[in-house]
Amino acid sequence: MYGLVLIFPVIAPLLGAGLAAILRNRPLAQRTVMEISVIVMALASLLLFLRVRGGYELIMAFGGWVRPIAISFRADALGGTLSLVTGLIGIAGMIYARADVAARRRRAGFDSLFLALLAAVNGAFLTGDLFNLYVWFELMLVCALGLITLDRRKAQIDGAVRYAVLSMLGATFILTGIAFVVAEAGTLELHDLRHTLAERELTLSLATGGALLLAGFALKAGLFPLHFWLPASYHTAPLTASAVFAGLLTKAGLYACLRVMVTLFGVELLPGFPPVLGIVAALTMLVFAVSALAQQDLRRLFAFHIIAQVGYMAMGLSIATMAGLQAAIFYMVHSIIVQTNLFFAAGAIARADGSFDLRTAGGIARSQPLLAGMVAVPMLSLAGIPPFSGFWAKFIVIRAGFEEGMIGLPLAALLAGLLTIVSMGSVWANGFWKSRAAGRIARPVPTAMFWAIATLSGATVLIGLFPGFLWEVAGYAAYALAMGGTR
Amino acid sequence: MSLLYALMASVIVASAVYMILSRNLVRLLLGMSMLSTGVNIVLFLAGTHLSPQPPLIEEGERILGPSADPLPQALILTAIVIGFALTLVLATLTLRAWRAERTLNTGEMRAAGDLGDPRLPGKREG
Repeated sequence: MYGLVLIFPVIAPLLGAGLAAILRNRPLAQRTVMEISVIVMALASLLLFLRVRGGYELIMAFGGWVRPIAISFRADALGGTLSLVTGLIGIAGMIYARADVAARRRRAGFDSLFLALLAAVNGAFLTGDLFNLYVWFELMLVCALGLITLDRRKAQIDGAVRYAVLSMLGATFILTGIAFVVAEAGTLELHDLRHTLAERELTLSLATGGALLLAGFALKAGLFPLHFWLPASYHTAPLTASAVFAGLLTKAGLYACLRVMVTLFGVELLPGFPPVLGIVAALTMLVFAVSALAQQDLRRLFAFHIIAQVGYMAMGLSIATMAGLQAAIFYMVHSIIVQTNLFFAAGAIARADGSFDLRTAGGIARSQPLLAGMVAVPMLSLAGIPPFSGFWAKFIVIRAGFEEGMIGLPLAALLAGLLTIVSMGSVWANGFWKSRAAGRIARPVPTAMFWAIATLSGATVLIGLFPGFLWEVAGYAAYALAMGGTR
Repeated sequence: MSLLYALMASVIVASAVYMILSRNLVRLLLGMSMLSTGVNIVLFLAGTHLSPQPPLIEEGERILGPSADPLPQALILTAIVIGFALTLVLATLTLRAWRAERTLNTGEMRAAGDLGDPRLPGKREG
């Protein structure tokens, strides 16, 4: 019974994707299939989460083989939590798509690609096998490329080419890293790897494999020197797609970094890794918080903030303590919800204003005060203003750094946080407070967009008001990550 | 034998990287395809080569005797399929890029960079 719950978050959207592809010429039927699949997926994720949140674990081995040989699925508190958040994003995306995705985009295959993307993300969160993890990342890449080029505009194809090439290079790093790990440990089941390697001396080939895997997954996460694909492509995609990428793809990359690094090297990592990761995290936070200040296009501006925020999570990993991991996991959940919501907000502002450009925007606070209030929640949360989720997330990750006696990294995080406040202030002043240019009128924003934003803003407020619940779950998740699962 | 494979893999990867650094999209596509071949050879080398026997349990036996490691072979098979699929996707994008921009020089493809560039004047869009 619970085995079914474990695979349903992956199977339901995959089946839906196939069915939607068959119904290619019937947009309404496609939409119905997509919405039912997403709801089933989210319910399965919820059941899974309720089962594993207290530190339990569900395991399922496929094909009738015994466990270290079979490909296995495994949900612990970490995978279950992230799968639940994926379900939430799926539901919000489904609502937003009602307004953003017209019949033309559905005929181009939006529903199938969207469902397969969600399946791939859930698969990455729930798999118990390193090679299987790589396969889910490749599926994510293919679906993301399809979604970016949905309208076949010049800019979209251009962005997709850049995204494809760099991501495929990252995948090559991952595959080479896997080869080194297989040669060293002879197994790829994450649980088995953790226990095999815990008893062995560290070797050069394992460290090389770990470094390659880290490079590959850091590219997928968009960490600093490997980020170029992200600002080149995210702003060209249809809004619903950009929003789901913004929430899930980079965070899936970071999840893989956490999972693989801790599985291979334990919580304390290798002596060489934390300083390098620390520098990468600090540069990621600072460089992109500054770059965001220069942007005028809302989609680009928020794309730079995605990268900056991933820096905070990498900082949690580079602290290399249980508290650091717990903080990184808490930050991930907060960030998935907020980043998706910000892209939704960008789409709503463009709908009201006719442009994503902050220079020509203005007056939303007066013309659509309710929408402005809803959008203020993720913006304040991103800036780290209490009582929203971003405040707690930043607070605990910076506290974890100071507790370890670090100075530079937490200070960099504080400075980046300050720059984020400035950037959000500028968005608010330009988009919401500035009076609208003469002769321009505010166009109505579709209700579906409003409700999608309201759903995610509600989640952000809930995390902000009851951070203790998520903190406790993140604690179990960090424990499951460190132990490689309960035996 | 391993040395021969290692040398072959390094030559293939080096040529692939040279192709990928080109600005021509078709060369880049061929380079990516070669790169995945090179990595597959590395993956093949990762297995232990104790014996050329296929990993099948002999009739009447209960356990597997010395045999080739089946894991890397399964991995390579999957990696070949995935590499093929991704090459196709990239080839489709290349064709689309040629049709949309009438150039294969990635240096001249500026559409994504120009979209929302803060240095360009803002324009309204739908």
